Amino acid sequence: MSSTNNEVKTALIDGMITPLEGEKNLLELIRKANVELPTFCYHSDISVYGACRMCMVEVDGRGIVPACSTPIAPNMIVRTNTKQIRSMRKMILELMLASHDQSCTTCPKSDECKLQKLSRKMGITKVRFKQMDSKCPIDDSSPSIIRDPSKCVLCGDCVRVCKEIQSVGALDIANRGAYAKVTPFFGQALGKVECVNCGQCVKICPVGALMPKYNINEAWDAIHDPTKKVVVQVAPAVRVALGEYFGQKPGALSTGKITAALRMIGVDKVYDTCFSADLTIIEEATEFLGRFTKKEKLPQFTSCCPAWVKFAEQNYPELLNNLSSCKSPQQMFSSLAKEKLAKDLNISREDLVIISIMPCTAKKYEASRPEFSVNGNRDTDIVLTTKELALMMKERGIEFDNIEPASFDMPFGFKTGAGVIFGASGGVGEAVLRFASAALTPDAPVTDFKQVRGPDGLKTAEINIGDAKVSVAVVSGLANARKLIEKIKAGEASYDIIEVMACCGGCVNGGGQPVPTHEPNAVAERAKGLYADDKTMLFRNSGENPYLQKLYAEEITHEKAHELFHTEYETKPKIAHDDIVLLDGQSEVKKYHIKICFGACCLPKGAQELYVGLVKYVREKDLTNDTIFTASFGGPSCRKGPVLEINGKKIDSCTLTKAKKAIDRIIQKNINA
Amino acid sequence: MTDQETTKFDRVCEIIDKHNRNPHMLIKILQEIQEEYKYLPEEIMMYIATALGISPAFAYGVATFYSHFTLQPKGKNIIKVCDGTACHVKKSEDIIKTLESKLGLNKDKKTTDDMLFTLETVACLGACGIAPVVVINDEVHGAMNKDKTIALIEKIKEEEKANESL
Repeated sequence: MSSTNNEVKTALIDGMITPLEGEKNLLELIRKANVELPTFCYHSDISVYGACRMCMVEVDGRGIVPACSTPIAPNMIVRTNTKQIRSMRKMILELMLASHDQSCTTCPKSDECKLQKLSRKMGITKVRFKQMDSKCPIDDSSPSIIRDPSKCVLCGDCVRVCKEIQSVGALDIANRGAYAKVTPFFGQALGKVECVNCGQCVKICPVGALMPKYNINEAWDAIHDPTKKVVVQVAPAVRVALGEYFGQKPGALSTGKITAALRMIGVDKVYDTCFSADLTIIEEATEFLGRFTKKEKLPQFTSCCPAWVKFAEQNYPELLNNLSSCKSPQQMFSSLAKEKLAKDLNISREDLVIISIMPCTAKKYEASRPEFSVNGNRDTDIVLTTKELALMMKERGIEFDNIEPASFDMPFGFKTGAGVIFGASGGVGEAVLRFASAALTPDAPVTDFKQVRGPDGLKTAEINIGDAKVSVAVVSGLANARKLIEKIKAGEASYDIIEVMACCGGCVNGGGQPVPTHEPNAVAERAKGLYADDKTMLFRNSGENPYLQKLYAEEITHEKAHELFHTEYETKPKIAHDDIVLLDGQSEVKKYHIKICFGACCLPKGAQELYVGLVKYVREKDLTNDTIFTASFGGPSCRKGPVLEINGKKIDSCTLTKAKKAIDRIIQKNINA
Repeated sequence: MTDQETTKFDRVCEIIDKHNRNPHMLIKILQEIQEEYKYLPEEIMMYIATALGISPAFAYGVATFYSHFTLQPKGKNIIKVCDGTACHVKKSEDIIKTLESKLGLNKDKKTTDDMLFTLETVACLGACGIAPVVVINDEVHGAMNKDKTIALIEKIKEEEKANESL
């Protein structure tokens, strides 16, 4: 096989001449040659790790190498199926199985487990090694995700997706060799650290080490309780994905079957989250038009993604005023239902149970946020993921293919197309634009804004609405969001409205959605399904939803709308930690109580310099013995860092001069006293 | 925390700034911090990660990867017994077992309750010619046996007692 410059460069894969066409690595080339190499840790959208060793191949002159991390060279001769490689692969799998908690029959991941699938594929019927029985405790501290370390195969997929796609980094590999494990900081509980609950780790985990927290039992309990009225809302992205659990193609619409199935399961009313998505648009677009006209608090960030909201609260407190104050469609639906439905049905809000079916694990966290409860009764009582609904349907014995589709209940089941496209990245942005454009140019027909559709991580557009020019950015994936925000902060980009979704491609790719196994385009197909559904709707601008028009005209005043549909955000520390004592003087009663914030927002703004300068000043003034100096790691009030508290008095944007003055005042007061 | 430990935190600030808060200097920073505290306290690790703009879980991963770093407070005197191939053949295990029973330590308990001694085993100190090797507070003792090691420990204990009564 000689190749000159004019010839196409090739490699020989299992005897097949395969042209090189810019594949990233040997694994991709081998797959192009229609050989499906097994792997746990290779994913084209995150970095190459080479941990699982399943993709080992033999390359002439090089011996046995992992295909995923081997660059391609012309004229390579590669064998993927030698006796030695087969025996190695089997041994690696057996070793993994020997150190894996094999409670497969009760493992929720069983039907999707890659380890199980590969073991079958490789014909493993017996493990030659002794089973390790080191059971680690299960971490169920998070409202969204359960971590079962005994099942981890150390592929590192979760670590990389969290770090590279989401730029969160809540998990990492600690220790080494046989003691290596995936863990949050200092082995803390996942619910106590900076995890935003997006569930992308759950989706990528090949085994049952990371799972969504199931609330199926709570849902059945409510349904079987005769004293409760159970009301369900179904999010847009669920209807184009649920069918995948029953053999349908991604993107196939199963709205009618979901509705019918939920009635068979025994809920009282089935409503549509798209209805409250319309409501969100009316509130959010009105908010945007107000800010846009006054040119204040721009860019406006969307706030319907709870993972993004937590991310912003932890990383960008200075932007919290820019977030739309609108609750998400899930929470808007529930506040409205607990207010209006409970009244209409003449029952207490405690007897009205709201179950939401979401494509998302972070929605479980959102529903548990304390501000979304009234007297301890949650607005959204139970959140189920798409997968949990599929499991309930199977448990109920529903034959998906044979159920007759049914329609939603009214009035909260009526939506416009704008509410439907919420489930895809760009959908919220487009819905706002449709509403704004109708508000500014009332006679024009509803337009599509295809510029903001599609699978790209960042989509931008300049849109002329009437005389105004609106600059829009749509971003999905939190690492993409972080990049965009840093650009805006550096003055390199500027937008009027920014839609942020934590999961790449939007909610259709949420952490509670089916894991695509053989469909690389599943996410795009689901989005297409939503846009196709949008086309069939009677109305396609949220402002046209007749039931909402009626609601606003007859029942909901401006004040009530504000109370029910808007919320506030607060800065959150990345990791909950007690305050630490930096200086504790000898005196029993301290005259100077100084507390500094060392959170992720205050520290880059000069909190350390402030501390160093202030301690020096305390020593200069000989106040050491009367001083207690503590530090916290971020708190609810640091939008304007660095934040310092002296004897209970908070100083925002504190400088050394301001702090010294405050100390001087106390010295003076003490002298006077 | 005492006044003395405040100086330690002041040193943390100095060390971080000396390395320009460069995340690539993480290992060097952790080493210098460990020299101050004799271990890596959780809250200081969190502070470092925040100051360097890296995820705390990543810093924890680095600190637990290298056996040089320790996350538990260590005793005043650190005894390292080499259990590399050469030392092992020359019965280093005997020395380890003797020390463990003498100091009331075991596989999981590495530091005495009075915080006077920490016992560590190391893989190889590169001094195989004088095996078995015991290093106490960075001082290398070659060709050791049970009795010689005990004698060294007794000596340190006496010194500590003398210091105390001063």
